[in-house]
Amino acid sequence: MRRLTPYLLALPSWMWLAIFLVVPMVAMASVSLQTGNAYDGYAMTFSFSNYGEALGRYSTQLLRSLLYGGLATVAMLLIGYPVAYWIAFRGGDRKSMYLFLLLLPFFVSFVLRTISWNFLLADNGILFGTLKGWGLLPESFHVLATTLAVVGGLTYNFLPFMILPVYVALERVDPRVVEAAQDLYATRAGAFRRVVLPLSLPGVFAGVLMTFVPATADPINAQILGGTGNTMIGNNIQTEYLVNLNYPTASALSFTLMAVLLVGIFAYARALGTENVLEAAAR
Amino acid sequence: MTSGERGRLGDRLLHAYTWLVIVWLSAPIAVMILFGFNDKQSKSNTSWQGFTLRWYAELFEISDLTVALRNSLVIALVSTVITVVLGTMLGLSLGRHRFRGKGVTNFLVFAAISTPELVMGASLLSLFVSGNVPRDANTIIVSHVLFSLSFVVVTVRARIVTLDPSLEEAARDLGATAWGTFRQVTLPSIMPAVMAGAMLSFALSIDDYVVTSFVNGSTVTFPLWIVGAVKTGIPPQVNVMGTLIFCVGVLIAVANAVVARRRA
Amino acid sequence: MNPPLRGPLTGRTRRDVFRLAGYSAAGLALAACGVQGQKVAPPKADAVQDFWAKQTKNGKVVFANWPEYMPEDKGPLERFKKDTGIAYEYKEVIQENADFFGKADPVLRAGQSLGYDIVVMTNGVQLQHMLQLGYAVPLDHTRLPNFQANAGQKFKERSYDPGNKYTIPYASGVTGIAYNTDHVEEEITSIEALFDPRYKGRVGMMNDAQEIGNFGMFAVGVDPETSTEADWKKAGEKLKAQRDAGLVRKYYDQGYIDAVAKGDVWVTMAWSGDVFQRQLAGEPVAFVVPEEGGTIWTDNMLIPKGAANPLDALMLMDYLYQPAVAAELDEFIQFVTPVPAVQDLFRERAKTAGDKDKKALNDMIDSPLMFPSEADYAKLRTYTTLTTQQEQVFNPIFQSITQA
Repeated sequence: MRRLTPYLLALPSWMWLAIFLVVPMVAMASVSLQTGNAYDGYAMTFSFSNYGEALGRYSTQLLRSLLYGGLATVAMLLIGYPVAYWIAFRGGDRKSMYLFLLLLPFFVSFVLRTISWNFLLADNGILFGTLKGWGLLPESFHVLATTLAVVGGLTYNFLPFMILPVYVALERVDPRVVEAAQDLYATRAGAFRRVVLPLSLPGVFAGVLMTFVPATADPINAQILGGTGNTMIGNNIQTEYLVNLNYPTASALSFTLMAVLLVGIFAYARALGTENVLEAAAR
Repeated sequence: MTSGERGRLGDRLLHAYTWLVIVWLSAPIAVMILFGFNDKQSKSNTSWQGFTLRWYAELFEISDLTVALRNSLVIALVSTVITVVLGTMLGLSLGRHRFRGKGVTNFLVFAAISTPELVMGASLLSLFVSGNVPRDANTIIVSHVLFSLSFVVVTVRARIVTLDPSLEEAARDLGATAWGTFRQVTLPSIMPAVMAGAMLSFALSIDDYVVTSFVNGSTVTFPLWIVGAVKTGIPPQVNVMGTLIFCVGVLIAVANAVVARRRA
Repeated sequence: MNPPLRGPLTGRTRRDVFRLAGYSAAGLALAACGVQGQKVAPPKADAVQDFWAKQTKNGKVVFANWPEYMPEDKGPLERFKKDTGIAYEYKEVIQENADFFGKADPVLRAGQSLGYDIVVMTNGVQLQHMLQLGYAVPLDHTRLPNFQANAGQKFKERSYDPGNKYTIPYASGVTGIAYNTDHVEEEITSIEALFDPRYKGRVGMMNDAQEIGNFGMFAVGVDPETSTEADWKKAGEKLKAQRDAGLVRKYYDQGYIDAVAKGDVWVTMAWSGDVFQRQLAGEPVAFVVPEEGGTIWTDNMLIPKGAANPLDALMLMDYLYQPAVAAELDEFIQFVTPVPAVQDLFRERAKTAGDKDKKALNDMIDSPLMFPSEADYAKLRTYTTLTTQQEQVFNPIFQSITQA
């Protein structure tokens, strides 16, 4: 019975993933190797050149997406870690309240959030208009339609996905251990670096996985907040699929993106020394 | 300054900082709430034209919007429950045990997060079409569980790997059944992760547009209706509904804190 | 099962291979039926006759439309029900043309029904795909008397569906130039304003290949309806130069209207309906159809293949062309109506209406954004109609500008 436990626990999710993820992914893999067009039909020709072509055409956007996703992830970690830390150690009986408040804005539609941000961040809106009125900003200053807006948008939209897992890992750490460590290493910084940080790493890893990956593939922030030259790979996949009906290129692009992300995540796991988190997967 | 005083100052700063982040995340919500009171004169609800409570009185006048909101709430609740149960089980399995197929499982969990939404939606749709499955609220729930599952698994696993397994072993040595051990020992210690996972899945589900737009058939959800209405102008009732969701959420959060304090 | 797919798996245990092989087979079957060819010959005239001769009135119709595209009391549909005894189901299920087509394609390809008898789609690349793939039922014009009698001339001559073989318009709008009157002092009349260095970084262009392509062509003096590959390239160069000079702030979807109303951009490509609503709200935006030309876009009703109640659908489509019904619709939607007589009906009503209604009606009657003038209509063109091969040339030219 004990030997079967892990399998029984995993079984329902396996079935879910096998039917609804693996089957469609295999179909997509097959589409990515076909040639033709939507009218005459696509035929399987094992044209691996689809990948080369897709990559050749969109390598700029792919690299840009990785850069934006990476920058946003670093920003989320820097912004989110202290929040998770404070709630975990000092939240007391209000821990759930704080977490809930952090997540609530994401219960209303992204369309409403976006419209509101456009209102708040307009070139001459209540924020920048006022600052410009006081002469604190040059007249031509703007945030919307810039790289900063896209990375900021990604940071904003995925931040809870960083805070929650880090919190979950930190909350486990006994405050008395931290106190003892402070006595031992004499400084709070030392105690943090040698005791708290290592204990929180699984949470950090989970947070990075849950933010870097979807942020890199996200089309919406670039579409709404970006300017010319901020197109991300998610936008290209969308256009190839929905506008050009070029299903093979769209599939090849998606697989390329997923493969790059996979390599990136495992390299990161190695660097962080958290192989144990993903033990088997790294093998 | 002693290290204790410095510590207290640091705590106070962090406390203020946490609130600052909450305010930042909620800033657009303030605008949304404001425009729910806008006495707008045309279809566009974008510039302030005076205060009115009209949209609160006429909240349910747009029947399709009301239905869409109800659909979204039901779908989010059901898919969250399923996701949390499945995800916690898989998280336990991955975080606690070694077994054959663990590598593949880890890979699949990762793949589900990294699949671009559009591709996931499109491929789910062709799966349903080729299986002749009618598209409705059920297919939406199935899809939402699929894309939220990994987030719960990853969160729960991050918690479990920090736990000391000896506690569970001790419980078993004292004669507790497997179920008893889980309920008395394991579940309480992973509860924060389960709750966090539940909140994440709820947020993912209630705000999803792309995947839902493929697998919804003729069932419309709140985000779908709003995206469609952008073409002619979003009616203020949408803002009011958003406001109510937000306020109910704040009430729950506060009530939660009060109850926790009483219990303590 | 194709051997090369099994190749990378040789290191695995046998059970794994079997498992994956099973999935792959299922997946390939799926993929195969997902992308069959669908090219169709145009329907023969008598086949169309035969199809319609066989149809009977079923007493119900399912109408799929965009949100906020029908008065909340469903007045026009209620009247239809009263007059014809046909019950209706009205569903606000269309959010985006691209998303709607992405969802409809696999269903219709598999020969299944969407479950709708009428759908509304904008003319553009997705509607073109619907028609070319044979996803629309050809219409029986002998059963469209109101359309014949009441539709404006412009709405009967549309290059993307000559002779209204598959579609008739629901509502229309114009793509022109909007500018912020707080920031732009001159009166803009020419498309050159979008290429004027004085507005560097303050110009908004549209993201859609057809929309931006049209404006590129107007700018180089080409009529998009009769354009050639060489023209597209020339237009592409003009637009690329505009981009490289830093004139364009962003290639917009719907968001341009907020941007121009708030002064983030000063001059932008724009849709008439959006601008009209902002003017009613008192925001500082003006709209013009540039002298070089503007685009008329149309949301069209069509009957998707496999519809259960085509005859009832056709009756409803025609019913909406009664001037009184069209007026009721247009008063709510406030776009350009395909029934010009609506303007006169509004004038009649304005004579007897109360003060507030009278002002609202007069705002509509007088607006060239709802009732374009003859001179405006003369400048309006539809999108370039493309074959599959042409699309593969056209799209990259403009997408490489908007999606770089």
